[in-house]
Amino acid sequence: MNALTYPPHARTYRYDEIDREFLQERIAEFRGQVERRLKGELTEDEFKPLRLMNGLYLQLHAYMLRIAIPYGLLNSAQLRQLGRIARRWDRGFGHFTTRQNIQFNWTRLEDVPAMLEALAEVDMHAIQTSGNCIRNTTTDEYAGASPDEVVDPRVYAEILRQWSTLHPEFTWLPRKFKIAITGSPHDRVAAQVHDVGVLAKRNARGEVGFEVYAGGGLGRTPIIARKLRDWVPEAEFLAYMEAVLRVYNALGQRDNIYKARIKILVRDLGAEFTQMVEREYERMPRDKYRLDPEIVAAIGAHFAPPPFAALQDQPLPEDREFRAWAAASIRAHKQPGYASVTISLKPIGGIPGDASADQMEAVADLAERHSFGEIRVTHVQNLVLPHVRQEDLFTLWQGLRAAGLATPNIGLISDIIACPGMDYCALATARSIPIAQQISERFADLDRQHAIGECFINISGCINACGHHHVAHIGILGVDKRGEEVYQITLGGSATNDASIGELIGPAFSYDTIVDAVETLIATYVAHRTAGERFIDTYRRLGAAPFKEALYAPA
Amino acid sequence: MSTKAKARPATAPVVFTANRLRDGRVVWFGAEGIWQDRIAAVTPFAPEAAETGLAEAQQAERQQQVVGVYAVEVGPGPTPLKFRERLRVSGPSVAAEAA
Ligand code: HEM
Ligand code: SF4
Repeated sequence: MNALTYPPHARTYRYDEIDREFLQERIAEFRGQVERRLKGELTEDEFKPLRLMNGLYLQLHAYMLRIAIPYGLLNSAQLRQLGRIARRWDRGFGHFTTRQNIQFNWTRLEDVPAMLEALAEVDMHAIQTSGNCIRNTTTDEYAGASPDEVVDPRVYAEILRQWSTLHPEFTWLPRKFKIAITGSPHDRVAAQVHDVGVLAKRNARGEVGFEVYAGGGLGRTPIIARKLRDWVPEAEFLAYMEAVLRVYNALGQRDNIYKARIKILVRDLGAEFTQMVEREYERMPRDKYRLDPEIVAAIGAHFAPPPFAALQDQPLPEDREFRAWAAASIRAHKQPGYASVTISLKPIGGIPGDASADQMEAVADLAERHSFGEIRVTHVQNLVLPHVRQEDLFTLWQGLRAAGLATPNIGLISDIIACPGMDYCALATARSIPIAQQISERFADLDRQHAIGECFINISGCINACGHHHVAHIGILGVDKRGEEVYQITLGGSATNDASIGELIGPAFSYDTIVDAVETLIATYVAHRTAGERFIDTYRRLGAAPFKEALYAPA
Repeated sequence: MSTKAKARPATAPVVFTANRLRDGRVVWFGAEGIWQDRIAAVTPFAPEAAETGLAEAQQAERQQQVVGVYAVEVGPGPTPLKFRERLRVSGPSVAAEAA
């Protein structure tokens, strides 16, 4: 069955018949495996690797299905279908993640084949969302819209998707592998904390090439990536990526899960790693991997600009509430008369990244009406409507407000990243969602949030760091201390061009005092900042001392 | 099979928990020998009987009805001593339905 009534202008990659046939075969295969498991013909040890290859985890209260959203791009038909799946087979909501995917937390094993069928109807799946393979490549949520974009990263993210999907050599890597790519000089994808980070750029002749980083990562051992190459020509892109993966595949430490990521290899080998990649690259049959300009152009056609109207930039309506939302949520667009809109999934007191089925449908409708049917998922767990006419912004805002999606807090202190933590995750050592909720309630007053300015708080429920706490201005890590949840604070992290790992500020705080501690940090910053300084700037200028003193000095 | 089954010897009464194979929901096992949806419906094993209890509980795992059996020390109620398992009893501490 094929229920594809795609919005005609949405620039998401469209499957061909071969892709669709493959998905059907894969679902049939997994359906058989699920049936055998339910009948007891497969043990959990036998079944686990099979289910993980199809994105199915077992969490604290239920199975969890993680669905790939290739480089965070959705069209309205796909988002509507996710809403339908949430309503029919989950509890009416889903959780958007920092890797631009979506997770359903209340999945039943017996329903999974039907859920996968429903996904396939809109060219989606859950393959390679788990396991030691190349995971979903992430990219800039403003791709194709941002004025500072030099190269459209979606084209190369799609090339990477096609190259890495079911790549036989890289299905059993030493450990999972995550790639992020940006096409703008301002890094919005946290490139330097990924296994491979790619910056697409142009040379003086206007040709496309790539700056390649490797060995970044968070988790137990946070490391900023090493630059391997300043320039890989477009035609050699896949050859070079293949070379990086080969060296890692051959030398990554398979016998120690804590040392198996590429970051450890790159850290230990240093410049030697770069040389090994170069040697591999030199001796590869590079013609086999050459990216023909025609192929790039054919894929690029999927991402051609939608039919923009010839418009002029416009002043915004005067309404005070609308203006407050616009100030936080609207971003300049490269096309005159248009804007990109970030939709906050961080209502005050809400669960960061959660959206209800109704909200997914509402956003799908609004995207159809106002953004050529296109939606993006951000790595900060929000959504984006990339191409909105400025003259439609007021109407859009009213529609978002009706759906409870107009919280004007993008980039502010309540725009928090939080992993599921112990409320859902089997690996957690502490809860993270309630901490995010309490912080956003404490700072609910919008005028106050604006007065504080840009400030990123990220929260993880264990050392795996799914909530990116290391690269937050204020990072919070929940740990277990003799059966009690306590929270460590790191300060001064950054995920962008000036990437840095936050420093642990001192002893941990209890569940009941962590929000007060954040309040103390903010008060200290406000007392010390000079005009125009953000939290991170003040911290970098003054160092940890005043913050430490405020937190730990005897009262 | 289940990784946490061979924990240190119990010093408090124990029940067993696992996820039901079919839907993944949390289930509980006590001296009655039946997997239950609610922990309140099971009677804990005395610490000395924990090993025998485990063997019985794991039978359901071998019969592919439940996944990931492990022992949980409990106080009166029975209420798990550790916070993580109290969350398994109560469900998430945050809203777990669409708003
Ligand atoms: C609830 C089920 C989840 C499980 C079992 C899980 C497991 C893990 C593990 C074991 C790691 C550490 C990997 C390593 O250091 O080798 C990790 C890292 C990570 N996960 Fe998750 N995770 C879960 C959910 C999420 C969610 C919801 C997000 C996004 C909000 C996410 C995003 C990430 C990111 C960004 C990293 C750190 C980057 C990296 O080192 O790969 N994960 N996860
Ligand atoms: S950081 Fe830990 S608690 Fe949070 S989702 Fe990842 S594995 Fe689970």
